[in-house]
Amino acid sequence: MRKSTKALEGQTEHLERIQPGTTLQDRYLILGLLGAGGMSNVYKGRDLHFPNVQKLVAIKEMTSMVSDQTMHEMIVTNFEREADLLATLSHPAIPRIYDYFIHNNSLYLVMEFIDGSDLEALLAETDHFLPEQQVVEWAIELCDVLSYLHNHQPEPVVFRDMKPSNIMIDQHSHIRLIDFGIARVFQPGQKGTMIGTEGYSPPEQYRGEASPPGDIYALGATLHHLLTRRDPRIEPPFSFAERPIREINSAVSPELEAVINASLAYDPKNRYPSAEQMKQALMGVVQETGILVKPRTAAIVSQGDLVEPIWTFECEDEIRGTPIIHNGTLYIGCYDNNLYALNAETGEFLWKYATEGGITGKPAFESDMIFVGSEDQRLHAVTAEHGKLVWMYYAEGSIRSSPVVSDGHVFFGADDNRIHVVNMITGRRAWRENTSGPIWSSPAVFEERVFFGCESGDFYCYDFRGEQKWRKKIKRAVTSSPVIANGMVYFGSKDWTLYALEIENGWQVWRFRMGGPTISSPAFAEGKLFIGCGDNNIYAIHAKHAREAWRFTTEHQVTGSPIAHEDSIYCGSVDGSLYCIDFRSGRLRWRFRTEGAITGTPAIENSKVFIGSTDHKVYALLLV
Amino acid sequence: MQFLTKTLKRLFEYFGRSDTRTSFTDRTSGHANATAWSLTCEQSIQVGTGHSTGIVRSHNEDALFVLTGNAFGDDPLDGFGLFLVADGMGGHRAGEVASAVSVRTVARRLTEDTIVNLLAQEPQNNDLSIQDILRLALQAANQAVVDQVPGGGTTLTAALVLDGQMVIGHVGDSRAYVIEKNSMNAITRDHSLVERLRELGQLTDEEAAVHPQRNVLYRAIGQGANLEIDTFTHPVPKGGFLLICSDGLWGEVPEDVIYRIISGSNHPQEACEALVRAANAAGGPDNITAVLVRFPRD
Repeated sequence: MRKSTKALEGQTEHLERIQPGTTLQDRYLILGLLGAGGMSNVYKGRDLHFPNVQKLVAIKEMTSMVSDQTMHEMIVTNFEREADLLATLSHPAIPRIYDYFIHNNSLYLVMEFIDGSDLEALLAETDHFLPEQQVVEWAIELCDVLSYLHNHQPEPVVFRDMKPSNIMIDQHSHIRLIDFGIARVFQPGQKGTMIGTEGYSPPEQYRGEASPPGDIYALGATLHHLLTRRDPRIEPPFSFAERPIREINSAVSPELEAVINASLAYDPKNRYPSAEQMKQALMGVVQETGILVKPRTAAIVSQGDLVEPIWTFECEDEIRGTPIIHNGTLYIGCYDNNLYALNAETGEFLWKYATEGGITGKPAFESDMIFVGSEDQRLHAVTAEHGKLVWMYYAEGSIRSSPVVSDGHVFFGADDNRIHVVNMITGRRAWRENTSGPIWSSPAVFEERVFFGCESGDFYCYDFRGEQKWRKKIKRAVTSSPVIANGMVYFGSKDWTLYALEIENGWQVWRFRMGGPTISSPAFAEGKLFIGCGDNNIYAIHAKHAREAWRFTTEHQVTGSPIAHEDSIYCGSVDGSLYCIDFRSGRLRWRFRTEGAITGTPAIENSKVFIGSTDHKVYALLLV
Repeated sequence: MQFLTKTLKRLFEYFGRSDTRTSFTDRTSGHANATAWSLTCEQSIQVGTGHSTGIVRSHNEDALFVLTGNAFGDDPLDGFGLFLVADGMGGHRAGEVASAVSVRTVARRLTEDTIVNLLAQEPQNNDLSIQDILRLALQAANQAVVDQVPGGGTTLTAALVLDGQMVIGHVGDSRAYVIEKNSMNAITRDHSLVERLRELGQLTDEEAAVHPQRNVLYRAIGQGANLEIDTFTHPVPKGGFLLICSDGLWGEVPEDVIYRIISGSNHPQEACEALVRAANAAGGPDNITAVLVRFPRD
């Protein structure tokens, strides 16, 4: 009748299960286990009274092994109550009951076999938002069955356990409510009382009250979960208002959000007084939005027209790197081998400095000098004012890692598998160390330590004398540049993971799995990490407990890195757009389209955001 | 093994056993380990523990666990520690068994998965993060209680200290506080219904303090399926304290008094004994457990 859900696995492993091939009552041939819960197993069986056809049934077995006699009796009573109740109910969304018997001191309930999957399993199998239209259709059917139960005579039936895992979608795409065997015990007042299915239950149920408005609340909670994919069981109770549906899934109509919010009112008096009235409200949503007839609109609203460039500057080849701004001048490297200096206010060309290879990284500024690495295997130090060469340092491989200046030295990695440390004034090498692969990641320097990733899939920490302090083996390349905050170092990897290591010894405190490989570097702000990913998303992750705050989906890979500024995140995508996203909700504020992929990171100065694109242009946009 | 030879101090305490004697005096623990303090140096973590049945109850359903270590030398470890407090619940001795089983399960998993493995000369490349390890350890405790202690449940607050970070795993209403100069903040969130209602503004602080259901938890070790565990990281408060305690302490002794006792004591052990005395003086209606850790300044 139901599939096993992850949450229920393992609970009854110590109990003996009926082996397939066994026949109960000379009638029911056990074919296999459908699911196991805390107090019961459900088997798929065949009714042998119909020898010519394959009539399938679901057989629920009461398996409680509780030794306590009172508890045992209570569980038996509940099981019998479920059987009696189901026997009196007749509704297309409620499974029919065929038989009830006792065998070897165990109780069995034989029910209609439902061929389908429950909504919890459906959520687990998908990774996208369910279409609003689909959810509304289910919601209307659920209101119908609740309405039937609540108007049951002589006494209303309160389902009390509405949640995705108790709702099945049968092969005709209709909903079926399963599991009427609620055996929740309320012993108020005593510490340790375990209560309801946390997350879906209404506040009053925690006081032991079960009433029809409670089912309305749980239905609202279920719909909220289906539309937002945020499991209420892992959120604090009654916190739906803190997770507005449309902030998480902007494709949901305001009308539907309003209906669900009303059903989730804290006070039962403020909810729909009946399931019938909630159904009417849902029908109203259908009419107002026309969702059942017209195709859905795209999730991302294009608002690019809101933002106009104040200037653009065209180079001779793709720009893959990242600009820096200093003293009103923008410096950016280009794949045409040049380092450009532009007036940040006007975009006016000031000078360019030619290297002999493409520039992919970000320049660094210190003491009126600009430092830039090139695929010509050299690190160039030029004057900030005129772009005159001060010194050149030769590595033995292309330099794609961006130089970082700290304590009078320039730190960077190269394709010669080495980390190089060069005196900023003289251009002389302080030290270099061999690692296990090319270094494209840019080092982070913090408290006399140097942190960087390697294409071989290692992450290193060196001290200022060039002694390796620790090394962490990652499965795949670490191209992402680390960021350090609160004694932790954060970086992404091509193994689809964002890592958080403790900086002293490299303890892996947490990791967060994304939907694809990443070479984007995280940004840290207000306790959150922001990072782009090859799965097209920009993620916001809580640094403390590694939970996802939001994700924003672009139309192509996000290989550049986000930056945080005031209440927004700015990030480019290979889809060619620069996105400005609300810091807290992950909602799009605006997007600006360029004509080529964006692989670099934006820079912000004086209310202007600057970005380079592979369409050869540098753009300056005024922030509104 | 090299780690062991480098270990100058190891303190291993386990107080999972219940105390069935009715006791009207403080039963604080830690004196037995007084020798550990003789090695105290400014760079080390210092720990105190308090564990009392209280005045009213006949059983002690709380359990605690402390393990600390330091290594100095060529490859120094700034210090690590594992600190657990569990507050059991359930009739027929289920509470004390649940808290003891949980503490033992978590302590065993964490020592195996972190201290033993990670401190090996060539640590195995463990795929699990420390937050994962902590979460799995608490989930194992949940499963152990479900399997072995029907009807039992427990809170569990665990802090694993590794160098500059504390990784916390938490379920229930025991609390972890960080105490620094002029401040004392709970870093855990109580999984109690009343606390949730208070957060929502449905109850005032005063109403919450006397609410008859203030002991009802919405999450506890032993609840079975769908147990969500809070795991998070907090930087070590240098020169400050970590306090983990059961509600027998924080429910009876106001926070400003706790703060004054801790900041006015010479040693965490002295502070823990004073904290237990204060809770008993307030009536001692519940079991009292406190683990207090003082961190070196650098």
